[in-house]
Amino acid sequence: MTKKEKILLKASAAFAVLFAAAPVANAMHIMEGYLPAGYCIAWGVVCLPFLVAGFLSLKKKIKENRRNMTLIAMAGAFIFVISSLKIPAPTGSCSHMTGTGLGAILFGPAAVSILGIIVLLFQAILLAHGGLTTLGANTFSMAVAGPLVSFGIYKLCGKLKVNRKVSVFLAACLGDLFTYCVTSIQLALANPSEAGGVGASAVKFLGVFAPTQLPLAVIEGILTVVIVIGLETYAGPELRRIGFLPERSAGASADIAEGHGTEKGGAGK
Amino acid sequence: MKKIHMSKNTKTVIILLVLAVVIAVIPLVLNRDAEFGGSDDAGSVMIEEIRGEYTPWFTPVLETALGGELPGEVESLIFCVQTGIGVGVIAFFMGRFVERRKWMKGTDQE
Repeated sequence: MTKKEKILLKASAAFAVLFAAAPVANAMHIMEGYLPAGYCIAWGVVCLPFLVAGFLSLKKKIKENRRNMTLIAMAGAFIFVISSLKIPAPTGSCSHMTGTGLGAILFGPAAVSILGIIVLLFQAILLAHGGLTTLGANTFSMAVAGPLVSFGIYKLCGKLKVNRKVSVFLAACLGDLFTYCVTSIQLALANPSEAGGVGASAVKFLGVFAPTQLPLAVIEGILTVVIVIGLETYAGPELRRIGFLPERSAGASADIAEGHGTEKGGAGK
Repeated sequence: MKKIHMSKNTKTVIILLVLAVVIAVIPLVLNRDAEFGGSDDAGSVMIEEIRGEYTPWFTPVLETALGGELPGEVESLIFCVQTGIGVGVIAFFMGRFVERRKWMKGTDQE
């Protein structure tokens, strides 16, 4: 880490503390003002290291090759699209997906925390959806915990030699579900029920979110597979550059591979 | 009729997209009387159930600025803007990739 990066890290940490402490509202699905201040700050602080790591990792990716920006922008844009689609669920309510799976698979969980918080801020400020006070908690569930699970599952599937499309589906789908599990636990921690404490509350909140989210998680998995198919077909060089697709020939450097974007995944005719 | 040749990927994508739409539409058909409100609201109802009366201690900045809730139509406008930004970025780069693939055919240059 360079000196400049260290300063940046410290500054971002300080900023994040300030940010978490200020009554800003935030993000995913815990509504503004519905989480006691102490929890808001605590979740914000928990997210900090991830955000700093994410910032540094994105910076590194861009430094490695400026053209990595393209895929980063697309992963961010995917979160924008997916988290703006409110989909009806069999329970008679609507919810939306997270879209963080793609970024987690491509760039790792840390990088997604930055992409996710951008979306959460957009929704908290312009849509009064989520909230600034709950930003920390929502960032943790949607932009840290979910992507971590997605990333872990994708890696695990890779080890087990599961078909790539199936791995992508599982990663995105389970990451989405886990986001909502974390949200339920966050709400339960702040609102333990008199009878059964945190556990009983968690079950109640899960009961609200899980049936709604299950079909949506499936849709999220499907859409993530679709975009990955699209990228594999047309963005081979980019995917190889970030190490998502293997180099075409053993020992070939990334730069060499860049020149051969045409074949592989060439099923798009 | 001319037979259209589709690659395996194209078929997979079409099937997947149809599946996604079906999953999204089924609830509307099955559950005709439901309101399809947000599940965030269901969450806050649950908080009140557990805690009794609960008054949020902070109002969204936007609602403070507007002196009330964002009108529903305006909310969908902003959601559309969000979708539009995302689709715009993805479509722009995808378009470039697709064109590039065409140009790259036969050459080894990017």
